[in-house]
Amino acid sequence: MREIVEKKVLSENDRVAAELRQRYRDENILCVNIISSPGSGKTALLEKTLASFTKGAAVAVLTGDLQTDNDAKRLARYGFPVRQIVTGGTCHLDARMVVKHLDEMGFRGPGILFVENVGNLVCPSGYDLGEAAKIVLLSVTEGEDKPLKYPGIFHRSSLMLLTKTDLLPYVEFDPKLALENARKVHPEIEQIELSSRTGEGFGEWMNWLRALQRKVQVEAVAVS
Amino acid sequence: MHEVGIAASILESVETEARRRPKARFAAVGVRIGELSNVDQDALAFAFEALTRKTPMESLRLEVEWCPRRQKCLDCGEEFAVLEFDLNCPKCGANKTSCVGGTELDIAYLELEEPCEKL
Repeated sequence: MREIVEKKVLSENDRVAAELRQRYRDENILCVNIISSPGSGKTALLEKTLASFTKGAAVAVLTGDLQTDNDAKRLARYGFPVRQIVTGGTCHLDARMVVKHLDEMGFRGPGILFVENVGNLVCPSGYDLGEAAKIVLLSVTEGEDKPLKYPGIFHRSSLMLLTKTDLLPYVEFDPKLALENARKVHPEIEQIELSSRTGEGFGEWMNWLRALQRKVQVEAVAVS
Repeated sequence: MHEVGIAASILESVETEARRRPKARFAAVGVRIGELSNVDQDALAFAFEALTRKTPMESLRLEVEWCPRRQKCLDCGEEFAVLEFDLNCPKCGANKTSCVGGTELDIAYLELEEPCEKL
Protein backbone atom coordinates (compact mmCIF):
# COMPACT_ATOMS: atom_id res chain seq x y z
CA MET A 1 0.00 0.00 0.00
CA ARG A 2 1.41 3.36 -1.02
CA GLU A 3 0.91 6.43 1.09
CA ILE A 4 1.63 9.81 -0.47
CA VAL A 5 3.83 12.02 1.72
CA GLU A 6 4.88 14.97 -0.49
CA LYS A 7 7.36 16.72 1.71
CA LYS A 8 10.69 18.41 1.05
CA VAL A 9 13.62 16.35 2.25
CA LEU A 10 15.10 19.52 3.75
CA SER A 11 11.77 20.74 5.11
CA GLU A 12 13.20 21.22 8.61
CA ASN A 13 15.95 23.47 7.24
CA ASP A 14 13.38 25.27 5.08
CA ARG A 15 11.24 25.90 8.17
CA VAL A 16 14.14 27.47 10.09
CA ALA A 17 15.16 29.44 6.99
CA ALA A 18 11.62 30.83 6.71
CA GLU A 19 11.89 32.06 10.31
CA LEU A 20 15.21 33.69 9.49
CA ARG A 21 13.69 35.33 6.42
CA GLN A 22 10.90 36.76 8.58
CA ARG A 23 13.44 38.01 11.12
CA TYR A 24 15.44 39.72 8.36
CA ARG A 25 12.26 41.34 7.10
CA ASP A 26 11.21 42.50 10.58
CA GLU A 27 14.65 43.91 11.36
CA ASN A 28 15.33 45.25 7.90
CA ILE A 29 18.43 43.13 7.35
CA LEU A 30 19.73 42.37 3.88
CA CYS A 31 21.32 38.91 4.01
CA VAL A 32 23.42 37.59 1.13
CA ASN A 33 24.80 34.05 0.96
CA ILE A 34 28.22 33.98 -0.69
CA ILE A 35 29.24 30.69 -2.27
CA SER A 36 32.20 29.46 -4.31
CA SER A 37 34.87 26.80 -4.62
CA PRO A 38 37.64 26.99 -2.01
CA GLY A 39 40.10 29.70 -3.02
CA SER A 40 37.92 31.73 -5.38
CA GLY A 41 38.30 34.83 -3.23
CA LYS A 42 35.27 35.00 -0.92
CA THR A 43 37.23 36.26 2.06
CA ALA A 44 39.27 38.71 -0.04
CA LEU A 45 36.01 40.02 -1.51
CA LEU A 46 34.61 40.54 1.96
CA GLU A 47 37.78 42.23 3.22
CA LYS A 48 37.65 44.75 0.40
CA THR A 49 33.89 45.13 0.79
CA LEU A 50 34.10 45.80 4.54
CA ALA A 51 36.87 48.32 3.89
CA SER A 52 34.45 50.25 1.64
CA PHE A 53 31.93 50.82 4.44
CA THR A 54 32.26 53.81 6.75
CA LYS A 55 33.12 53.16 10.39
CA GLY A 56 30.05 52.28 12.41
CA ALA A 57 28.00 51.10 9.42
CA ALA A 58 25.54 48.34 10.31
CA VAL A 59 27.34 45.46 8.64
CA ALA A 60 28.19 41.99 9.96
CA VAL A 61 29.74 38.77 8.69
CA LEU A 62 29.22 35.12 9.48
CA THR A 63 31.97 33.05 7.94
CA GLY A 64 31.88 29.27 7.65
CA ASP A 65 34.78 26.84 7.49
CA LEU A 66 35.39 23.21 8.35
CA GLN A 67 38.21 24.20 10.68
CA THR A 68 40.09 27.27 12.01
CA ASP A 69 38.96 30.82 12.71
CA ASN A 70 41.51 32.25 10.26
CA ASP A 71 38.87 33.94 8.12
CA ALA A 72 37.16 35.57 11.09
CA LYS A 73 40.54 36.92 12.24
CA ARG A 74 41.19 38.35 8.77
CA LEU A 75 37.75 39.95 8.62
CA ALA A 76 37.68 41.26 12.21
CA ARG A 77 40.39 43.80 11.37
CA TYR A 78 37.82 46.04 9.70
CA GLY A 79 35.97 46.79 12.94
CA PHE A 80 32.61 45.17 12.16
CA PRO A 81 31.02 42.24 14.00
CA VAL A 82 32.39 38.99 12.59
CA ARG A 83 31.77 35.46 13.76
CA GLN A 84 33.35 32.23 12.65
CA ILE A 85 31.13 29.19 12.19
CA VAL A 86 33.35 26.12 12.48
CA THR A 87 31.32 23.29 11.00
CA GLY A 88 33.77 20.60 12.10
CA GLY A 89 33.52 18.73 8.82
CA THR A 90 30.09 19.61 7.52
CA CYS A 91 30.47 20.82 3.96
CA HIS A 92 27.85 23.59 4.04
CA LEU A 93 26.10 25.98 6.41
CA ASP A 94 22.51 25.26 7.39
CA ALA A 95 19.84 27.61 8.69
CA ARG A 96 20.16 26.40 12.28
CA MET A 97 23.88 27.27 12.40
CA VAL A 98 23.08 30.76 11.16
CA VAL A 99 20.38 31.26 13.84
CA LYS A 100 22.73 30.12 16.62
CA HIS A 101 25.61 32.35 15.58
CA LEU A 102 23.42 35.31 14.72
CA ASP A 103 21.93 35.13 18.23
CA GLU A 104 25.36 34.84 19.83
CA MET A 105 26.69 37.72 17.79
CA GLY A 106 23.70 39.86 18.77
CA PHE A 107 23.56 41.62 15.39
CA ARG A 108 20.43 43.73 14.96
CA GLY A 109 19.11 45.43 11.87
CA PRO A 110 18.73 47.51 9.91
CA GLY A 111 21.90 46.51 8.13
CA ILE A 112 23.65 44.03 5.88
CA LEU A 113 24.61 40.50 6.90
CA PHE A 114 27.16 38.74 4.72
CA VAL A 115 27.21 34.98 5.09
CA GLU A 116 30.38 33.43 3.71
CA ASN A 117 29.53 29.82 3.11
CA VAL A 118 31.96 26.89 3.28
CA GLY A 119 34.09 26.72 0.13
CA ASN A 120 32.10 24.24 -1.94
CA LEU A 121 30.04 24.57 -5.13
CA VAL A 122 27.85 21.55 -4.46
CA CYS A 123 26.45 21.13 -0.97
CA PRO A 124 25.62 24.74 0.04
CA SER A 125 23.28 25.19 -2.91
CA GLY A 126 20.37 23.19 -1.43
CA TYR A 127 20.40 24.76 2.03
CA ASP A 128 18.30 27.90 2.26
CA LEU A 129 19.68 30.33 4.85
CA GLY A 130 16.84 32.84 4.51
CA GLU A 131 19.03 35.05 2.32
CA ALA A 132 17.71 37.61 -0.15
CA ALA A 133 20.19 36.37 -2.74
CA LYS A 134 22.84 33.76 -3.34
CA ILE A 135 26.00 35.12 -4.91
CA VAL A 136 28.39 32.76 -6.64
CA LEU A 137 32.05 33.56 -7.23
CA LEU A 138 34.05 32.23 -10.15
CA SER A 139 37.71 33.23 -10.30
CA VAL A 140 39.55 33.61 -13.57
CA THR A 141 42.04 30.92 -12.52
CA GLU A 142 39.24 28.36 -12.75
CA GLY A 143 37.62 26.98 -15.90
CA GLU A 144 34.97 28.85 -17.88
CA ASP A 145 32.87 25.68 -17.90
CA LYS A 146 32.31 25.58 -14.14
CA PRO A 147 28.69 26.78 -14.53
CA LEU A 148 28.05 23.73 -16.72
CA LYS A 149 29.80 21.38 -14.32
CA TYR A 150 27.98 22.74 -11.27
CA PRO A 151 24.64 23.92 -12.69
CA GLY A 152 22.75 23.69 -9.38
CA ILE A 153 24.46 26.63 -7.72
CA PHE A 154 24.60 28.83 -10.83
CA HIS A 155 20.90 28.15 -11.38
CA ARG A 156 20.09 29.38 -7.86
CA SER A 157 22.40 32.41 -7.75
CA SER A 158 21.23 35.92 -8.62
CA LEU A 159 24.72 37.19 -9.31
CA MET A 160 27.99 35.74 -10.55
CA LEU A 161 31.07 37.62 -9.45
CA LEU A 162 34.00 36.98 -11.74
CA THR A 163 36.93 37.49 -9.35
CA LYS A 164 40.70 38.01 -9.65
CA THR A 165 40.34 39.88 -12.94
CA ASP A 166 43.77 41.45 -12.33
CA LEU A 167 45.14 38.02 -13.34
CA LEU A 168 43.41 38.01 -16.74
CA PRO A 169 46.59 38.97 -18.65
CA TYR A 170 48.33 35.86 -17.29
CA VAL A 171 45.69 33.18 -17.68
CA GLU A 172 43.72 31.78 -20.57
CA PHE A 173 40.27 32.65 -19.39
CA ASP A 174 37.50 34.05 -21.54
CA PRO A 175 35.04 36.07 -19.39
CA LYS A 176 32.50 36.16 -22.22
CA LEU A 177 32.50 32.38 -22.46
CA ALA A 178 32.08 32.06 -18.68
CA LEU A 179 29.04 34.33 -18.79
CA GLU A 180 27.62 32.48 -21.80
CA ASN A 181 27.94 29.21 -19.88
CA ALA A 182 26.34 30.67 -16.76
CA ARG A 183 23.41 31.96 -18.83
CA LYS A 184 22.94 28.55 -20.44
CA VAL A 185 22.10 27.34 -16.95
CA HIS A 186 20.44 30.52 -15.68
CA PRO A 187 19.50 33.04 -18.40
CA GLU A 188 18.73 35.83 -15.87
CA ILE A 189 21.97 35.63 -13.86
CA GLU A 190 23.79 38.96 -13.53
CA GLN A 191 27.55 39.28 -13.72
CA ILE A 192 30.12 41.67 -12.32
CA GLU A 193 33.84 41.38 -13.01
CA LEU A 194 36.05 42.50 -10.16
CA SER A 195 39.43 42.31 -8.54
CA SER A 196 39.73 42.46 -4.78
CA ARG A 197 43.40 43.34 -5.26
CA THR A 198 43.03 46.41 -7.49
CA GLY A 199 39.46 47.34 -6.54
CA GLU A 200 38.33 47.18 -10.17
CA GLY A 201 34.57 46.52 -10.34
CA PHE A 202 33.90 47.32 -6.68
CA GLY A 203 31.83 50.38 -7.51
CA GLU A 204 29.51 48.19 -9.55
CA TRP A 205 29.39 45.53 -6.81
CA MET A 206 28.56 48.03 -4.07
CA ASN A 207 25.86 49.56 -6.29
CA TRP A 208 24.41 46.10 -6.87
CA LEU A 209 24.25 45.53 -3.11
CA ARG A 210 22.60 48.91 -2.49
CA ALA A 211 20.04 48.26 -5.22
CA LEU A 212 19.21 44.88 -3.67
CA GLN A 213 18.93 46.49 -0.24
CA ARG A 214 16.44 49.04 -1.59
CA LYS A 215 14.46 46.29 -3.32
CA VAL A 216 14.30 44.22 -0.10
CA GLN A 217 13.18 47.28 1.88
CA VAL A 218 10.44 48.10 -0.62
CA GLU A 219 9.23 44.48 -0.51
CA ALA A 220 9.25 44.51 3.32
CA VAL A 221 7.08 47.64 3.36
CA ALA A 222 4.73 46.08 0.82
CA VAL A 223 4.35 42.93 2.94
CA SER A 224 3.82 44.67 6.30
CA MET B 1 29.55 14.84 0.26
CA HIS B 2 26.37 16.02 1.95
CA GLU B 3 24.42 12.92 0.98
CA VAL B 4 24.82 11.55 4.52
CA GLY B 5 22.93 14.60 5.78
CA ILE B 6 20.29 14.16 3.07
CA ALA B 7 19.89 10.47 3.94
CA ALA B 8 19.61 11.37 7.64
CA SER B 9 16.90 13.93 6.83
CA ILE B 10 14.96 11.33 4.84
CA LEU B 11 15.20 8.87 7.74
CA GLU B 12 14.10 11.55 10.22
CA SER B 13 10.97 12.09 8.13
CA VAL B 14 10.31 8.36 8.03
CA GLU B 15 10.69 8.21 11.81
CA THR B 16 8.25 11.08 12.22
CA GLU B 17 5.73 9.24 10.05
CA ALA B 18 6.40 6.02 11.97
CA ARG B 19 5.63 7.72 15.29
CA ARG B 20 2.31 8.86 13.89
CA ARG B 21 1.37 5.27 13.00
CA PRO B 22 2.93 2.95 15.54
CA LYS B 23 1.38 -0.13 13.94
CA ALA B 24 2.52 0.50 10.37
CA ARG B 25 5.59 -1.18 8.91
CA PHE B 26 7.33 0.67 6.12
CA ALA B 27 8.78 -1.27 3.23
CA ALA B 28 10.13 1.62 1.19
CA VAL B 29 10.48 5.37 1.02
CA GLY B 30 10.19 7.05 -2.37
CA VAL B 31 12.13 10.23 -3.11
CA ARG B 32 12.37 12.52 -6.12
CA ILE B 33 15.78 13.95 -6.94
CA GLY B 34 16.20 16.66 -9.53
CA GLU B 35 19.32 17.03 -11.62
CA LEU B 36 19.82 20.55 -10.23
CA SER B 37 19.58 19.36 -6.63
CA ASN B 38 23.27 18.49 -6.44
CA VAL B 39 22.58 15.12 -4.90
CA ASP B 40 24.48 12.12 -6.17
CA GLN B 41 22.27 9.03 -6.36
CA ASP B 42 24.99 6.49 -5.67
CA ALA B 43 26.37 8.41 -2.71
CA LEU B 44 22.84 8.78 -1.35
CA ALA B 45 22.17 5.04 -1.69
CA PHE B 46 25.47 4.30 0.06
CA ALA B 47 24.72 6.73 2.91
CA PHE B 48 21.17 5.41 3.29
CA GLU B 49 22.42 1.84 3.58
CA ALA B 50 25.13 2.82 6.05
CA LEU B 51 22.70 4.72 8.27
CA THR B 52 20.05 1.99 8.34
CA ARG B 53 22.37 -1.00 8.78
CA LYS B 54 21.71 -2.84 12.03
CA THR B 55 18.83 -0.54 12.92
CA PRO B 56 15.08 -1.22 12.95
CA MET B 57 15.01 0.40 9.50
CA GLU B 58 17.48 -2.02 7.96
CA SER B 59 14.88 -3.49 5.61
CA LEU B 60 13.63 -0.10 4.40
CA ARG B 61 14.23 0.38 0.68
CA LEU B 62 15.11 3.72 -0.86
CA GLU B 63 13.34 4.26 -4.20
CA VAL B 64 14.65 7.15 -6.25
CA GLU B 65 12.92 8.89 -9.12
CA TRP B 66 15.45 10.94 -11.06
CA CYS B 67 13.98 14.19 -12.44
CA PRO B 68 15.65 15.94 -15.38
CA ARG B 69 15.52 19.70 -15.73
CA ARG B 70 12.23 20.79 -17.31
CA GLN B 71 11.38 24.17 -18.78
CA LYS B 72 8.06 25.70 -19.75
CA CYS B 73 7.80 27.98 -22.76
CA LEU B 74 6.44 31.41 -21.80
CA ASP B 75 5.07 31.86 -25.34
CA CYS B 76 3.34 28.61 -26.27
CA GLY B 77 3.22 26.83 -22.90
CA GLU B 78 5.11 23.75 -24.09
CA GLU B 79 6.87 21.82 -21.31
CA PHE B 80 10.04 19.98 -22.21
CA ALA B 81 13.02 18.15 -20.73
CA VAL B 82 16.29 20.02 -21.22
CA LEU B 83 19.03 18.30 -23.18
CA GLU B 84 22.55 19.67 -23.46
CA PHE B 85 21.64 22.95 -21.73
CA ASP B 86 19.35 23.97 -24.59
CA LEU B 87 16.66 26.09 -22.92
CA ASN B 88 14.93 27.14 -26.16
CA CYS B 89 11.44 25.84 -26.80
CA PRO B 90 11.62 22.81 -29.13
CA LYS B 91 8.10 23.47 -30.38
CA CYS B 92 8.02 27.18 -31.26
CA GLY B 93 11.69 28.13 -30.89
CA ALA B 94 11.09 30.89 -28.32
CA ASN B 95 14.01 31.63 -26.01
CA LYS B 96 11.88 32.74 -23.06
CA THR B 97 11.29 29.68 -20.93
CA SER B 98 11.17 29.18 -17.20
CA CYS B 99 12.40 26.32 -15.06
CA VAL B 100 9.58 24.09 -13.82
CA GLY B 101 11.47 20.94 -12.83
CA GLY B 102 14.85 19.57 -11.88
CA THR B 103 15.30 21.13 -8.44
CA GLU B 104 13.28 18.43 -6.65
CA LEU B 105 14.53 17.00 -3.39
CA ASP B 106 11.28 15.58 -2.12
CA ILE B 107 9.93 12.66 -0.18
CA ALA B 108 7.11 11.49 -2.42
CA TYR B 109 5.64 8.42 -0.72
CA LEU B 110 5.99 5.65 1.81
CA GLU B 111 5.32 2.07 0.89
CA LEU B 112 3.53 0.29 3.72
CA GLU B 113 3.72 -3.44 4.27
CA GLU B 114 0.35 -5.09 4.10
CA PRO B 115 -0.69 -6.06 7.61
CA CYS B 116 -0.73 -9.83 8.13
CA GLU B 117 -4.10 -11.11 9.22
CA LYS B 118 -3.71 -13.10 12.38
CA LEU B 119 -5.45 -16.45 12.20
